[in-house]
Amino acid sequence: MDNTRLYAPPAPSLRFIAVWRRHFLVWRKLAIPSILGNLADPLIMLFGLGYGLGAVLGEFGGGSYFAFLAAGFMASTTMYAATFESLFSAFSRMHVQKTWEAIVNAPMTLEDVLAGEWAWAATKGLAAGICLLAIVAVAGYAHFPLALASIPVVILIGLAFAALGLAVNALATGYDFFSYYMTLLLTPMMMLSGVFFPVERLPPVLQAVAQATPLYHGVELVRPLLAGAVPVHALLHVAALAGYAAAGFYLATVLTRRRLFK
Amino acid sequence: MSPPQALQVRGLRKRYADQEVVCGVDLEVAPGECFGLLGPNGAGKTTTLRLCLGLAYPDAGEIRLLGNEVPARAREARAQVGVVPQFDNLDPDFSVAENLMVYGRYFGLTSREIAPRIPLLLEFAGLAGRAESKIQALSGGMKRRLTLARALVNDPRVLFMDEPTTGLDPQARHLIWERLRRLTQEGRTLVLTTHFMEEAERLCGRVAIMDHGGIIAQGTPRELIARHIESQVVEAHGPGVEAWMADARSLASRTELAGETVFCYADNVEPVIASLRSRTELTYLHRPANLEDLFLKLTGRDLRD
Repeated sequence: MDNTRLYAPPAPSLRFIAVWRRHFLVWRKLAIPSILGNLADPLIMLFGLGYGLGAVLGEFGGGSYFAFLAAGFMASTTMYAATFESLFSAFSRMHVQKTWEAIVNAPMTLEDVLAGEWAWAATKGLAAGICLLAIVAVAGYAHFPLALASIPVVILIGLAFAALGLAVNALATGYDFFSYYMTLLLTPMMMLSGVFFPVERLPPVLQAVAQATPLYHGVELVRPLLAGAVPVHALLHVAALAGYAAAGFYLATVLTRRRLFK
Repeated sequence: MSPPQALQVRGLRKRYADQEVVCGVDLEVAPGECFGLLGPNGAGKTTTLRLCLGLAYPDAGEIRLLGNEVPARAREARAQVGVVPQFDNLDPDFSVAENLMVYGRYFGLTSREIAPRIPLLLEFAGLAGRAESKIQALSGGMKRRLTLARALVNDPRVLFMDEPTTGLDPQARHLIWERLRRLTQEGRTLVLTTHFMEEAERLCGRVAIMDHGGIIAQGTPRELIARHIESQVVEAHGPGVEAWMADARSLASRTELAGETVFCYADNVEPVIASLRSRTELTYLHRPANLEDLFLKLTGRDLRD
């Protein structure tokens, strides 16, 4: 493939919805365990850390540590859900089951398939984010109606990490490949991005690193919104997440073309 | 003006890294024809099919599939095409019927349009009553038939099949052949690759033999055999067959030693058979020449990986 074609901007069609529907149909069969997992996992962490550590920490930034942590988890759980789907699940469909190969024999393009995967992984992120919102609401820490504005934020977080995940997927040689990305990038990001403690407590160099990550921008939006406040620099954070999503999807498209459309 | 061809390929070239895998292929397939692309492994058959479907970009050449220029209008072309890939890629997350339903949606068909077609497709594939089965519970032959049914979900005018019966037992293979004949009778165009010469002889009105990325012979199976090869073959093996081969050389128009077996080709093999009758230690088989003999003559007996 020549370079003009390789680097051309992605132009998926609305047919991508058929791919999204395929994934939804599979998910529907396993919806209950999937939702339970989305709820149980953060709940265990939240109650362990939120109440346990919260008791030690006492008042935290003018509120409870549970509320602080729950807001961080809403962003990070979304990140992990979208990432898992765009790494492990997308890789099975692309490489192991050859589902993508079957789809492009129909009048579908590789870009339709990628856009479908992207939208679907973001949907999984959204589902995880909504489960967290429900937990926060039940615990009495969500201030409505502004807390509802965290839902579009979670969609953006999902799109950003789904796109990055698909780019990593295009480079993967096997499932093991993903542990580099998860361990070396996402875990430190989770520690630095203000999920567990305010970024201001970090040394300036690490603060700068934190501010470059997509998760940081997600947390900076979600936390005030859940508390019923309009986030400071909201547009900047939205633009950063949207930038990661767009650049990530472009990168994923180029890398996947290079891998499959030979 | 002649009627438009179902598939028209001119000067097709494709290079991967330092190897040209398709080097100057010309093909024409008329509507309603069953066309076979034959060749040993690695001859470039699968790459040629992928290029025709617009799943890879050619380095040079022109492709028109059902009047659509490929790859520019590959999506429009594929809307009227069905594909049976070399390796089954049915969706293991779905039942038999769901596979057809989900696949139909990739063609932009609505559930309402697909649903009434499913029982007909299952009937055609000999899978009636299997609608709810899991893919994992199907035999190899059933999976192949379901893949064929899936390729028909959009009622295609052209079917591309990459080795449709590889790995199947004779019963399953015969059933697929019978179905493919039915599809030809319905007026659909079939383009298949195979390295089963028997399959090509039974199904294909016309074949092209491909090797090292190029087409080395093209025509009806009978024509090709008549043009390139003697009509009769005698195969002989047994102790001392190599010594006997020296005699056989003068009796047949062509002899060949492959492993422990001597192949004698001639239009009149009576002298060869007479000579063999006096050699009771040798076992022989007399048969008419077939496409496989032609194939081996043109592509050689060396193993391909």
